[in-house]
Order: sequence, then C-alpha cells, then structure tokens
Amino acid sequence: MPSRTAQPLLPPGPRYLSGNEAAAEGALAAGCRLYAGYPITPSSEIMERMAARLPEIDGAFLQMEDEIASISAVVGGSWSGSKSMTATSGPGLSLMQECLGYAAFTETPLVLIDVQRAGPCTGQATKVGGGDIMAVKYGSHGDYQVVAFSPWSVAEMFSLTVEAFNWSERLRVPAFLLAEEATGHLRERVDIPETVELYERDYRPGEAPFGHPEADGVPSMPRFGQGENLMVTGSTHDDWGFRKTEDPVVQDRLVRRLNQKVLSRADDLCRYEGYELDDAELVVVAYGFTARAALRAVRLARAQGVKAGLLRLITIWPFCSRPLAELAGRGASFLAPEMNLGQVAGLVRQAAQGRPVHELTQVNGRSIAPRAILQKIGEVL
Amino acid sequence: MARALEKYLRPQVKATPFCPGCGHGVLLGLILRAIEGLEQEGRLAWSEMLFVSGIGCAAWIPSPNFKADTLHTLHGRAVAFAVGAKAANPALKVMVVSGDGDLASIGGNHLIQAARRGNDLTVVCANNQIYGMTGGQVAPTTPVNLPTATTPGGNPYRPFDLCKLVEAAGASYVARGSVTRPYDLIDYLSRGLTTPGFSFIEVLSPCPTQFGRRQRLDSAAAMFDHLRETCRYYVETEPEAETPAGGFLLGEFVHGR
Ligand code: SF4
Repeated sequence: MPSRTAQPLLPPGPRYLSGNEAAAEGALAAGCRLYAGYPITPSSEIMERMAARLPEIDGAFLQMEDEIASISAVVGGSWSGSKSMTATSGPGLSLMQECLGYAAFTETPLVLIDVQRAGPCTGQATKVGGGDIMAVKYGSHGDYQVVAFSPWSVAEMFSLTVEAFNWSERLRVPAFLLAEEATGHLRERVDIPETVELYERDYRPGEAPFGHPEADGVPSMPRFGQGENLMVTGSTHDDWGFRKTEDPVVQDRLVRRLNQKVLSRADDLCRYEGYELDDAELVVVAYGFTARAALRAVRLARAQGVKAGLLRLITIWPFCSRPLAELAGRGASFLAPEMNLGQVAGLVRQAAQGRPVHELTQVNGRSIAPRAILQKIGEVL
Repeated sequence: MARALEKYLRPQVKATPFCPGCGHGVLLGLILRAIEGLEQEGRLAWSEMLFVSGIGCAAWIPSPNFKADTLHTLHGRAVAFAVGAKAANPALKVMVVSGDGDLASIGGNHLIQAARRGNDLTVVCANNQIYGMTGGQVAPTTPVNLPTATTPGGNPYRPFDLCKLVEAAGASYVARGSVTRPYDLIDYLSRGLTTPGFSFIEVLSPCPTQFGRRQRLDSAAAMFDHLRETCRYYVETEPEAETPAGGFLLGEFVHGR
C-alpha cells in the first residue's frame, strides 16, 4: 500500500483555530488539492479557508452553482487525479445524496465534511444538531458503504480529516467527517504535528480499475490522462467499466464486493476511546461534541461513587460493534445521549446482546449539558 | 464507420446501441472526423481527450464507444463533473456529449452557469426534441402542439432556443448544425474544440423511434427530409432572419469572445 510521510502546510506547533478552520488545514495536510462547494451554514468557513489557501499551493477551488454540482465536480476532480473534497450541512447533504451513491458505486475517493445543524429540512440553520448519522450511510438508494468519523475537538477536526482522506483513498470509498456545528465553530488549541502519515492512491498500471479477484478487494485507482482509456459509469459495470445492465451475476458480485471491501476492514477502521470502563456498570456511549459532556458527567458520577464509564465512538461507519459486545458480555448496561432521536442508540441495542440501552435524546438545537447526562445516569441506575 | 476512424473505437464494442435511422450514429462519426482533422493539423491529440456524458441515448455516443477516457455520469450532471475534471487537470481537453433533456432540463442550470463562468469545455448537445430513452415524453425542446407520451393532447409549452440561451449566458462559441449537413457540423465541432472557453454546439439529430412517429415521420428518410426542408441558414448580414416555422436556424451564432 503506497503510503508516505508528509509535512502539514502549517508550521508545527500550537494554533488557536476554529473546528472548521482546522478541518480545512487537515484536508490540505492530507494532500487535498481540489475543493468544490456551495455556501451553507454552519460549514461555510471550511469553504472560505479553502478558497484562500488552495490558490497558494496551485490547488483548484470551485464555488459551484449548487450542492449537486459541487459533489459532481469533486468526483470529476478525483478521477483527474486530485484528492478532492466538499463540505456541507443539512439541506446540502440531502442534495448530494444521488452523487454519493455514484461515488460509492464508481469507487471514487472523496471526502465530505458534514457540519451538522438542527434539522430536518431548513430547521435551525445556525443551531447544532446530530441527526445525519443515518443520512450519511443510507441517504442514497441501494446497498453501499461509507466511512464516517466523529470528531469531539478542534484537534480531531484536523486529525480525523486526515484519516478520512487516508481511508477514502485506501478503500476507494466516500469518507465523511461527521462533525457538528458546535465543534465546527468551537475555538480551541490544536497542535499541528511535525508530520502526517498519508495513504496515496494505489495505481497498478494495466490492472482492471473496477474489479478485483478477491471478494473484498480494492481495485487499482488510475486517473484520466494516463492512457488507461477509462470507462467510468454509474451503471452496473464489469471489471473494466463496460456497462452490464442485464447481467445478474455482475450486478450481484459488484454490489457485494463494494460492501465487503469496507465491512471486512471494520476492525481496522473501528476507532474508539474508553474512560473509566474497567469496572463500569453503566457505560455512556457518546460521540462527537456530546462526548465532551458525557466525559464530564462520568467524572462527576464517579465522584459520587457511581460506577459509570464512557465509551467514546470515533468511527461511526462502519459501526463499531465489537467494544459494545465486549462490555455487554461483562454485564454492563448502556446510556446513549444524542442530539437526535436515538439514531446510534438503535445500533448500540443491536450490539448489546439484550442488555438495557437507555436513551437521552435532545433535538432542541442545543448541545446536551453534562448535568442532563448526570441526572439520567442517576435515573437509570 | 469508415475504417480510418476505427482507431478511435473500442474494439470490444461490436454493435451500435442506437435505433435504425437514429442521428446519433452520424454525430458519433462526425465528432471523430472533427478530432481526426484537428489531429492531422497538429492542433489536438486524441490522448488529451476526456469525454463526459450524462444519461440518455446521446450519452452513449462516447461511452463506451470511444477508446479514450470516458466519464458516464448522472442524469443532468455531466457539465458539473466536467468542470471538476478540467479544474484538477487543465491539460485535459474535455468534451461533453449529451442530449437535450439531460443538458437543458435536469441539467439546465449547470449548462448556463458553466457558460457564464466560461469553463473551458466543448459541450455537444444532441437535440432530438424529445426524451428518447425513456419512451417519448415531452422535453424542454419539444415543438408546441406535438403529442408526446406525457402531452397526449399536444405540448402546450414553447421550446427553448438552446443557442440563444447559452449565448445570453456568455458562451464563447455557439453553433447549431444538423446531421443532415455533416460537413458544416465537422467545422462547428472543430471550431468549438479549438475556441478557448465555453463552446456549445447544438446538433439536430433525428429520433425516428420516439419523435418521428409522433408526427407521422415514421421512416428515417422522412425525418431527414423534414429536417432539410425546415432548417435554413443564419446569415450574419441578415441578423433579423426569423426562425422558420416548425424548423431551425442553422449556423454559427458566436465565434470567440
Ligand atoms: S430512441 Fe431515438 S434517440 Fe434514442 S437511439 Fe432510438 S432513435 Fe436514437
């Protein structure tokens, strides 16, 4: 697998950035050289930073006419050989869904930063939400996979954007940074590292660009202009890109491989952190901005002698069932605080082997306070 | 297809996907002839070409037939994909080939915005005045009163004049040709490919299967005759020339700006 060590564009050391600014810097450090987007609150600062920074390094910045055009241009840019991305929120994500399916089906690497706001619909454009968990995975039609990471800090807006690019290039799959307005607009310290580890596109000349002998294999990733005479199509295609819209075997094999290439690597992709889990009877399962409050609540509960712990999910898709199953096997019960009506709680329940899973849902455009989680811990124990 | 042009075709493709009498096969050959001519003059290399298409019969002109990089995209979005591909690698010569429904209905905003921005693309719109692939529904280019699958009582709406549309949006090169006038079209395609900025070539391309039979032009020959009779040439010295009733004005409307 081609990987290399690179230097971020910012000099190493501490910086005071907003989450959205840090995400843009993470993208640049990851080697992103094309951004196409459309302004939308609360993600626009990512676009503005890319508009300022990409021309400095000979990258391409495109403000397109809408979100559909934006992600379409990202796919085109990716096939021309640039690591490419967009960022959006709420309604913009909805508009991008058809092309996300195209990217998944054509195995186009791209990164989408979704800075979640309170939905559905126009909702509360400037307020925080967390309701896109299912939308990023199931929003386009048909069976496909994505990779999604959930940052809880400005530092992770940087580092997980790099991760998203790496996995996107490595698996030829759309990868999300599933951020929230609160983290996007938070300003705090981020330490720009000396170096970042990057996965580069794996081009193996002459190999089939759309098929692999292994049932979970990732094909070679060429680009336009290399003389490969590529046939990229969103129709069902064989290993070389020829449309096969009547062949049941090709369709079945393709759809299964595209799913398997992500799912068979779920353990490698699964990132999480545990706090106070060793003897925890109640495990708070939290992610993103809510995990900050959850950690505070767990610490306060511990001070009261309550055996609570925190499992912080960093990877959201593919969903990390393994740590949950282990904790369930030890007899823990769970509490999932979320800025939606229980989208991750349902996934926790599937992994929890019948152990109780309690929900704390909040969809009022505000982040969940530590005391609300602490109070809920008291109620369920 | 002339043997000399076979070098541009994928050998694996054995048959045309188009109906008998469809104009798209003619257009396919004319695009190749235009490019061959430019190659012979040293003004373009086939290896630089990227062909981008949307969804519909015309989108199958380049994909999979052309032995080049081809990007067969979503319905309506070909121009937007092309803008990104060109931005990431400006050395590519990017041609969009798609139909009127694809480019002017579902993709209409992408078309005019790219013309306004002056994105360096050559957009070839095969206009058959109807939705062919999906079975003959009304398009934004369908003539008034024509019965279609979704306007059984006749189309109540005016069609777009696509050339005027992209001209007003700021395109650098705008021409309309017809597959019944192949040599003119080769010229328009060549000039579109060599004019910097946004070039637009509308190509009247008969669809006997869906368009012809709805106006009792059942045979391909009848459709070609009809096109020949109802088109007239735009003459720059007579800018007031009216579009003939039921037909089209052919010619170059903008060349370089
Ligand atoms: S339906 Fe019409 S446009 Fe499509 S291939 Fe047949 S004749 Fe050509």
